Amino acid sequence: MAAVIRCDIIEMIATAQAGHPGGSLSATDIVTALYFRVMRLDPARPDWPERDRFILSKGHACPVWYAALAERGYFDKAHLGTLRRLNSILQGHPDMRKTPGIDMTVGSLGQGLSVGLGMALSGKLKGLDYHVWVVVGDGEVQEGSIWEAAMAAPKWRLGNLTVIIDRNRLQNDTCVRDVMPVAPLADKWRAFGWRVVEIDGHDMAAVVEALEAARACPDQPVAILAHTVKGKGVSYMEGRAEWHGKAPSAEQAERALEEIRRCACE
Amino acid sequence: MLVSKGIYHHIRSDVIAMLEAGTLLTEGRGQATRYAYADAILELGARNPDVVVLDADVSKSLKTTQFAEAFPERSFNFGIAEQNMMAAAAGMATTGLIPYASGYAVFLTMRALDQVRNSIHYPRLNVKIASSHSGITAGPDGPTHQGQEDLSLMRAIANSIVIAGADTVTTKRATWAAAEWEGPVYLSLTRDPVPDLYDESYPFEIGRAVVIREGSDATIVAIRDMVSQALVAAELLAGRGLSVRVIDCHTLKPLDEATLLQAAVETGAMVTAESNTIIGGLGSAVAELLVENHPIPMQRIGVRDTFTESGPYPQILEKYGMSARHIAAAVGKVVERKSLQVAR
Repeated sequence: MAAVIRCDIIEMIATAQAGHPGGSLSATDIVTALYFRVMRLDPARPDWPERDRFILSKGHACPVWYAALAERGYFDKAHLGTLRRLNSILQGHPDMRKTPGIDMTVGSLGQGLSVGLGMALSGKLKGLDYHVWVVVGDGEVQEGSIWEAAMAAPKWRLGNLTVIIDRNRLQNDTCVRDVMPVAPLADKWRAFGWRVVEIDGHDMAAVVEALEAARACPDQPVAILAHTVKGKGVSYMEGRAEWHGKAPSAEQAERALEEIRRCACE
Repeated sequence: MLVSKGIYHHIRSDVIAMLEAGTLLTEGRGQATRYAYADAILELGARNPDVVVLDADVSKSLKTTQFAEAFPERSFNFGIAEQNMMAAAAGMATTGLIPYASGYAVFLTMRALDQVRNSIHYPRLNVKIASSHSGITAGPDGPTHQGQEDLSLMRAIANSIVIAGADTVTTKRATWAAAEWEGPVYLSLTRDPVPDLYDESYPFEIGRAVVIREGSDATIVAIRDMVSQALVAAELLAGRGLSVRVIDCHTLKPLDEATLLQAAVETGAMVTAESNTIIGGLGSAVAELLVENHPIPMQRIGVRDTFTESGPYPQILEKYGMSARHIAAAVGKVVERKSLQVAR
């Protein structure tokens, strides 16, 4: 399924001739694991009060979210071709009022974890046992508000909140390390009171295992530090900051799709 | 004197007596509207189990500690972290709770403005924002704590509802009306006390300005703490033979265009009064309405393009040209301009 979603991402962005392929591809295995293995959800009832919540706080990577929702049956796949167009249900950054299955409007970085924290507090207050999953980028954690949320979640013992850090080491301008170092991430989250797990964010078995374990941690929020490769699955995009927010040409897209399909067959 | 009593609407009789005696601002009794909010939210919490209160380490200042004591499981203190509080409020609202995020105007509308815009107003989430220390009512704290832009900033955001009550009655009703309104509502509150003006007949409705004093020569449109100044100004002008209408425009957005345009047509001259910056607030909103529909002589009273300074709130009003006598002088000017237009 991850390969199918990677193909959807390439096709969407190539059709729109705009969007963010690099960070969509780095988060693909995480998002796929959540929507196809881990989360409690019902595509026929996107407003089901007891559903797990998912927030892709790095909202610019929404092609991966849209593809997962479409493949999971939240809306017709035909919509994927309308990304970023006028009158589309698929906005350039996710809009909860326009897209079935989008649990929160995001796009301005640094806000999704706080939103997830609010959802987790509500769950505890209402006695609902849903889990809240938030994916943030490693560049995104440069936002101070991330650390406000990081400080708050352990205060309220939010075991129903998990953050997955998509550690792809690149951001818009260049390497995270050169723009503004965020390391050591595991130590930072641990120091704020989170249980920290480090995984290879492209090892599907490890991703699923870490997510399932996070759900089972009752009184402490979990931070999963997922080491990923920006542009994963497309050789000419992998590890290249220039593919943060650039669309492939038709030929480049064709080559990307071939690579992803060949890799999936192997 | 008896005749003039008929010109007031919903004003308490003891307040009318003080207005006529010129003693409202020295002897009027009342409280900071932040405390009216605290009382209202406590009552609301008892009636509505979905109401939760979020604080940012100023719960003692807003007396939302009352709510925290009564409903500890529905009270959340986020510490000095307004951005986290605002986005968490948005998250809570997605699940059906009605969060009232409380704090100081400068920090809620500026430090956390991105969250207020993108996580609350863009998705139209049901978050209520309660800001104390709005305008220059945080006088002695100085400009860092004087929220003189909150009305302008909140008004600029799409999907916003912006309300600023003038006293206990309006603030309590606004707090309750916000819970009934599906979507974001901003409540602008004072740090310093303002006189209680209204009796229980006050017809509070979101988006409906209230004519509280009849008059035919000019209209003063006022908001929040400046409503009492406007009433005093009108009484000063009555002594000079001018009949001045006063409108309490408690909802800045959506603006009650019908009531304001009717006043513009019937009185032909208008002054706005706010302790907000004159850029983008009530004065701007009224000017935009008039210039597109019924241009008349108009003047704006408010904070000019400046920061003020530390000092007692009434003294700042006086020094920076926002006291009742400044409002009265502005009315004098617009009435003169109106008479020149007629002569022409």
